[in-house]
This record gives sequence, structure tokens and C-alpha cells, in this order.
Amino acid sequence: MLSVYTDFIRIRFLTMLAYRVNYYSGILIYCMNIGVYYFTYKAIYGDAGSIGGFTAAQMTTYVAVSWMARAFYFNNLDREISTDIRDGSIAIQMIRPYNYVLVKFMQGLGEGMFRFLLFMIPGMAIALLLFPVKLPTDPVAWVGFLVMLFFSFMINTQINIITGLTAFFIENNEGMMRMKRVVVDLFSGLILPISLFPGWLATIAQWMPFQAITYLPGSVFTGRVKGVGIWNVLGIQIIWLVVLLVPMIIIWRLARRRLFVQGG
Amino acid sequence: MMYYLGLISEYLKNYMKSRLTYRADFWVEVISDLLFQATNLIFILVIFMHTDSLGGWSENEVVFVYGFFMVPYGLFSCFVNLWNFSERYIVKGELDRVMTRPAYNLFQIFLENVDPPALVGSVIGLIIMGISGAQMDLAMEWWFIPALIILSLSAVAIYTGIYTILTSLSFFSDAPTGIIPLMYNIQGYGRYPVTIYNRAIQVVLTWILPFAFVGVYPASLFLHREDMRHMALLTPVMGIVFLTLGLLAWNWGIRRYRGAGS
Repeated sequence: MLSVYTDFIRIRFLTMLAYRVNYYSGILIYCMNIGVYYFTYKAIYGDAGSIGGFTAAQMTTYVAVSWMARAFYFNNLDREISTDIRDGSIAIQMIRPYNYVLVKFMQGLGEGMFRFLLFMIPGMAIALLLFPVKLPTDPVAWVGFLVMLFFSFMINTQINIITGLTAFFIENNEGMMRMKRVVVDLFSGLILPISLFPGWLATIAQWMPFQAITYLPGSVFTGRVKGVGIWNVLGIQIIWLVVLLVPMIIIWRLARRRLFVQGG
Repeated sequence: MMYYLGLISEYLKNYMKSRLTYRADFWVEVISDLLFQATNLIFILVIFMHTDSLGGWSENEVVFVYGFFMVPYGLFSCFVNLWNFSERYIVKGELDRVMTRPAYNLFQIFLENVDPPALVGSVIGLIIMGISGAQMDLAMEWWFIPALIILSLSAVAIYTGIYTILTSLSFFSDAPTGIIPLMYNIQGYGRYPVTIYNRAIQVVLTWILPFAFVGVYPASLFLHREDMRHMALLTPVMGIVFLTLGLLAWNWGIRRYRGAGS
């Protein structure tokens, strides 16, 4: 039974590999985004020593690491699920002897592995050449980061699956998906580290799951959070991973009872 | 000319009819567009909580530039949408249908993809310009409105030129190039004072992919920034040059088009 699911990982990985040329431009896009924020922060820092607890060097690293982490955890599962629901192909998938949500997870994992090997690692190498990024030398930091990165992926994927499944209830969830992307980019700390937010906004951000995707792992990796703080970060990530399972399962249960196909 | 104006109104009527079936969707799209703009604005506001100036530009000035940036961008997104061109028109072969009709093919493609919700962004941009302008005590001068119209249209022409050139590439390559999403990221560079970037990026943004002309240069005219005045006045020239290049590239490319079948 397990091998069925691992096959989904493998198949997705191979599918992605077939279209890998598209990812070369992706690497460039990410380096450009890092560039925009790098130059903007450089202008902000001027002579300032530290802003929001980040030194200029840490900020550069944070920006690069955040975008490269996104290169790994990002996926379009929300769109895939919503398409499956709208064109009705989900009906077929529901009668197959596997769990649809779990299969999506596995496909996401296959895509994640592809992105990790052919997008994030080469992208990181290029970013290292272009920008003064300082990565930690301590192997423990690396192991910790990879573990946290995996949790980032899991949490982001859960959010994507929940967003995708809303297509069961909203006929056209295009706006929902776009909104999710904006909210995730902002509140995950991708475009602005949360410690730079004004107090009230930072408080809101701290009560949302999104910071566990980018900001918390990024803070650890730039060396801003050390020691016991690292365990706190892991704890928060695990809590959100568990908490998000609840709406995901509930929505899926409800959804199966009200499948309503719009065409196909 | 009348013929083309008539076409615009027919297409807009058609758009309204098909959109009214998904009424809620229209507003969702407006709101999600605005949210995206809001994150950019939040970025600027948060940044200025930690600094007084960005490369010699004050918060109000940067916000004003962003407000201006939104005006032509909204117009461009409404009337010129080439995002899915290669997929829809070449891979699926819809270009064959377009080419059998009498109106100019590129014009038809623009019309088939009109996206009026994007115009809300332009309106918000004007409001942002108004608010930040008032905070700077920017006196309203008689030439502001004509200049705003000319500069916005020039900026739209620059966008249209750049994206038409890039889209023309899909006549030469079989696979979607992925170059368009790339540009959407580069244009982000044009929102901030170009002087913060290194020399090479400044040259690219001014002369090669002139995205500085859709934001910071023209906006500096209203802000009375002498350092960029001559660049602002150059905007219409750049608009004409790039629009011409775009149309030339398109006409050259479409002659090579043979139809992908299907």
C-alpha cells in the first residue's frame, strides 16, 4: 500500500524532470527578486548598524535564504486541486483505492524534491556568487535548517491543500488562491522579516501559521535565533503542522458530501 | 479609426455579459489585485519606519512614485494582456481564427483579453498620489493633469512595446519561453528610486528594459526633482520608440507564423 504512495512521489519527480527547462528561468527570477530586496535593504541600511535585530549582512543572507527556501516549498497544489474539482476529474479520483489528499501530498513531495535538487541548490549557488551571502559553517545549523525547511514545506502544502479544497464550496476560488499567495508572501516574512513589522502587525503575524514557513527558519539560519530559541522554532512549526491537519480533514470530510461538478 | 473604437465597445459589452454570470468573481479579482498592491505599499511603509530616506528620497516621495506607477500599470493590465499568448494563441491555434478577420491581429488579441478590474488599481494609484502629494504640500499646477495623461500613456506604450517584443519571440520558439514572468519581476525594480541600484542595473532599467520610465522618472516631474527632470521629459520619446519596436517585432514575427495545427 505504501509503495502506491511512494510511486506518486517518483512519478511527479520524473514529470517535473521532463519539463526542467522551465526552471532555468525560474532560477533567474528568484535571483532577480533577491536583487530587488538586496539593493533596497542596502539603501535602507546606509550606515545603520542593525534594523529589526538584523545586521545588513544578516539581512542579505535572510533575503537570499528566504527566496531559496521558497524555491523549494512552493507548489501549485491549490490550483491542481481546484482544477480537479472544477472539471470533475476528482470524481474519478475519489473512487480510486487511495486517499486523494494524501496523494496530493505525495505529488507535492515529489515536486519539492525536484525543486530542491534542480532549483534551490543551483539557485543558491548563483545567489552566493552574486550577493554577499554568508551561510553558517556549523553543520548543526545546516541539519537544523533542513529539518525546518521540511516543516516549512509541510505547512505550506497544508495551506495550499486547504485553499484548493475551498473550490468545493466556492464555485470559482481563483480570488481565494491569489489572496492566499499574497497573505503567505507577506505574513511568512518573505518580503519583510516580521521583526520589522510595527508592533500590532507583528503580533497578528505571530498568531498566524505563515511565519513558520519562512521567517522562523530564516531567523535561525541567519544566526539571529540561537540555542534554546531553535527548539522553540521547531516547536511552533510542529504545533502548526498538527493544528492545520484539523481544518484540512474537516474540509475534506464535508467536501466529499457536497461534490458538485461544473462541467467536464 | 471609428471602426476600431466600435470594436472596443463591442468587446467591452461582450466582456460584461460573460462576466455578469460570475458577478462575485469580479469583486474577488479586484480585491485580490488590491491586496497585492497593498503588500507593496506595506513594504514601503514598513521600510520607512526604519529609515528616513531611500537613496535620497523621502517616504512621501517613494509612496508618490508608487502611486504613479500604479496608474499606467492598471491601464496596461486592462488593455494589454499577453500573459497567456503563446499557450492560447499558438499552442491551441487560436491565432488562425484571429488572422482570418479584417481588424489588425494584435489589436484583436488585446481586445480579447481585456481585464477591466485592473483599472481599479489605476484609480487607487491616483488616490495615493493625491494623499502623498497633499502631505508634501505639492502645489497643484495647471500642467499636472495633461502631463499625467501624456506620461501615463507613454508608460503604457513602453510596457506594450517591451511585452510585444518579448511575446513576438514565441513565433520563433516552439516552447513557451518563461521570459514574460521574468519581466514581471524586473519591472519591480522600476518602482523604487533607480539611484539605489548599481550602475549596470541603472543602465539596463533606463535604456534596455526601460522600466524606470514607467515609475520613478515620470513621477519625478511632479515631485520637482531636478535630478531626473530631463529623464521625465524623455518618457514620451521612449514610449514612441519602444511601441514602434514592439510593432515591428510583432509584424516581423507574425509573417513567420505558419500555424501549429490542432
